[in-house]
Amino acid sequence: MAGRRFPGGVHPAYGKDLSDRRAIERMPLPGRLIVHFAQNVGTAPRPVVKKGDAVKKGQVIAEPQGFISVPLHAPTSGVVQALDVFPHPAGADMQAAVIIPDGADEWAPGLDAERGTEGFDAERIVSIIRDAGLVGMGGAAFPTHVKLSPPKEMPIDLLIINGAECEPYLTGDHRLMLERPDAILEGASYFARSLGVKRVIVAIEKNKPDAIETMRIGALSRGYTVAGLDVVYPQGAERQLIYALTGRKVPAGGLPMHVGVLVQNVGTALAASEAIRFARPLVERVVSVTGSGTVAPRNVLARIGTTFDDLIAFCGGRHPDAGKVVSGGPMMGVAQYSLEAPVTKGTTGVVVLRQREVAQFVNEVCIRCGRCVRACPMRLNPSVLGIFAEHFRFDDMREHHVADCIECGCCSYVCPSRRPMVHHFRRAKAEIRSAASGAI
Amino acid sequence: MAEKNDTEIREDLEETLPRFLVSSSPHIHEGTRIGDIMRLVIIALAPAALFSVYLFGLRALLTIAVSVSSAVIFEAAWQKIARKPVTIGNMSAALTGLLLALNLPSTSPWWMILVGTLFAIIVAKQFYGGLGYNIFNPALVGRVVLLIAFPAQMTARWVAPSAWGMNAVTTATPLGRVREALLSTGHLDVHLTRHEVFNLLLGNRAGSLGEVSVVLLAAGGIFLIARKIVTWHIPVSFIGSVWAMTGVFHLVNPARYADPSFHVITGGLFLGAFFMATDYVTSPITPAGKLVFGVGCGAITVVIRLFGAYPEGVSFAILLMNAFTPLIDRYLKPTVFGARKGRTGPGV
Repeated sequence: MAGRRFPGGVHPAYGKDLSDRRAIERMPLPGRLIVHFAQNVGTAPRPVVKKGDAVKKGQVIAEPQGFISVPLHAPTSGVVQALDVFPHPAGADMQAAVIIPDGADEWAPGLDAERGTEGFDAERIVSIIRDAGLVGMGGAAFPTHVKLSPPKEMPIDLLIINGAECEPYLTGDHRLMLERPDAILEGASYFARSLGVKRVIVAIEKNKPDAIETMRIGALSRGYTVAGLDVVYPQGAERQLIYALTGRKVPAGGLPMHVGVLVQNVGTALAASEAIRFARPLVERVVSVTGSGTVAPRNVLARIGTTFDDLIAFCGGRHPDAGKVVSGGPMMGVAQYSLEAPVTKGTTGVVVLRQREVAQFVNEVCIRCGRCVRACPMRLNPSVLGIFAEHFRFDDMREHHVADCIECGCCSYVCPSRRPMVHHFRRAKAEIRSAASGAI
Repeated sequence: MAEKNDTEIREDLEETLPRFLVSSSPHIHEGTRIGDIMRLVIIALAPAALFSVYLFGLRALLTIAVSVSSAVIFEAAWQKIARKPVTIGNMSAALTGLLLALNLPSTSPWWMILVGTLFAIIVAKQFYGGLGYNIFNPALVGRVVLLIAFPAQMTARWVAPSAWGMNAVTTATPLGRVREALLSTGHLDVHLTRHEVFNLLLGNRAGSLGEVSVVLLAAGGIFLIARKIVTWHIPVSFIGSVWAMTGVFHLVNPARYADPSFHVITGGLFLGAFFMATDYVTSPITPAGKLVFGVGCGAITVVIRLFGAYPEGVSFAILLMNAFTPLIDRYLKPTVFGARKGRTGPGV
């Protein structure tokens, strides 16, 4: 592979050896599931069940609202005990359905049936994917059918299946590639068919040589290629990944389709093959439950709605000095204040960090050392942006392109003053958005 | 049963609920702190500083000791009086003190060093808000204040190096000698023999404590670049532009303008280019900005050396360019990944 190097990036301690040799284990159904309605980017689906309703596995419990929205399905059969507000792993308290499993785990009629897919055309594939509630499972949770419906004037000529998994600790995608390579590639073939794309690249960081080897065997017969990527964070970020593989630069403010590329995560590809071949909507996913604060790190196949408390208990519990619980990886994940937060479609991992590992970011003064400028993969100047943020100069931040920040965390990671840069930039983006909407 | 008060309720909750730190991502850090960086710079300067003790003897050691300790004491005292957190642990003040000492003649009287560190730490740094907010390089402000206020002590009492400073004979610096010859005879008196070059590189010449050993300074600078504490941009463009510009003048009139190699290995160029011009706070942050800064430093140095009233111009050059740093950073922003130059938004 040509292996173009994107600017910046960092080399965090990966910690993947905690769980990368543990095969995916299916977790037994917990006593209750907390199924959030807001699980996709865009508009949350509207609940169509009420307290006391009996549901079957895979039954729609919330209907999509508009194009950028997907339905939500009951993760198992049981009874809706309540609709109430619960901690959401993305941060706020949000509405969720509490489902008490009946233990039968019985599918709704018509689901979980293998079928021939040869005759499925693009329209059929996209509608199945939407109806199955698919979203980007690498963490972004953007509705998959929207990505598969580019406007006609934006032809796609390359599909990238993203198995980079550059976040420290996370190993779910790695295990999926080792254990379900054919299903992933089958899912990729549906994406390719729906887009009319011939060229498919499976992109994997070189720190997973076994996954590269396994995927290469399956990819060969389909005419796909597998590319080994340099190990540097954030190699799996769309813009950086596309540049590394093709040399194409997604324009600032633009999308991958502006350069003819579509990127889908390996977990999403697997979910697509489950939905299309087996008529199984998205009701479970692989979650890496890891970090040195987890007693027995594992890769867990968990139902959507499984609380972090139950997940961690399944993995031996947490160490007494666990100081932080992160949904997602330690570079971009969200710190949890309650273990009542459940797995959503975008939950890649639950990382428990011990107190001594947790970095405390404070607003010590910027000494302008330039480490953040060198680390920024978007070639921003985080130093000056951070200084502007401290003075509430959000207009200046907009002029310095804060909107292009991908919140990868490289700047804060290397900052010798431990400035909470990503925090500042998120705030600035929100301020700029609200100022813009207020002006209309 | 008595109702529980707030404290009891909270204590009950704390027993049942886990307590986690909640903050924005990222949740891990590489580990480097400001003090680690300052320590590496001090380590990089140590060989040149120790060699100066060999060349100039106990006076050099005393100069360093007085300068470093007074800089640290001034910083701590100011922060105590101003009721700010005392940050001498990050070694920034110690580094300023060391840099100032390396910019002084070994014959500096102790009271003059105190004046220098007072201006460096209190006026140039703390008056502006402390580390991170100062516009001018503190150690250079200290040096230039002394140069202007005490010209006799700063420019007329150079001694030639000798083993442990046992045989301290008054002499002139190489650049000073050139200027004197030029003023009295109208032409240069520079003969760059192999022996002479060797002496200049090693540090066997009169000068400030830390500026004389070009070899050790370069080794320290390369160490800092290898450890990614500083980048090559400022040292290379600074030294390179001095070499190129003095080279042009030398070609035009070799009798009046010295060999470019002579200019590069004399004076405080290596100390300035590797250790002073690269000061984070007072130099541009982007690679392009650093190159502009370095060339600007080089040009001003050459103009002062060849046409100014002082034989040496490195300090003034860096301080002048410090003033331009905010402007350079403003106009030489990095181009956002994916953006075409001068454009924002989708560039399709």
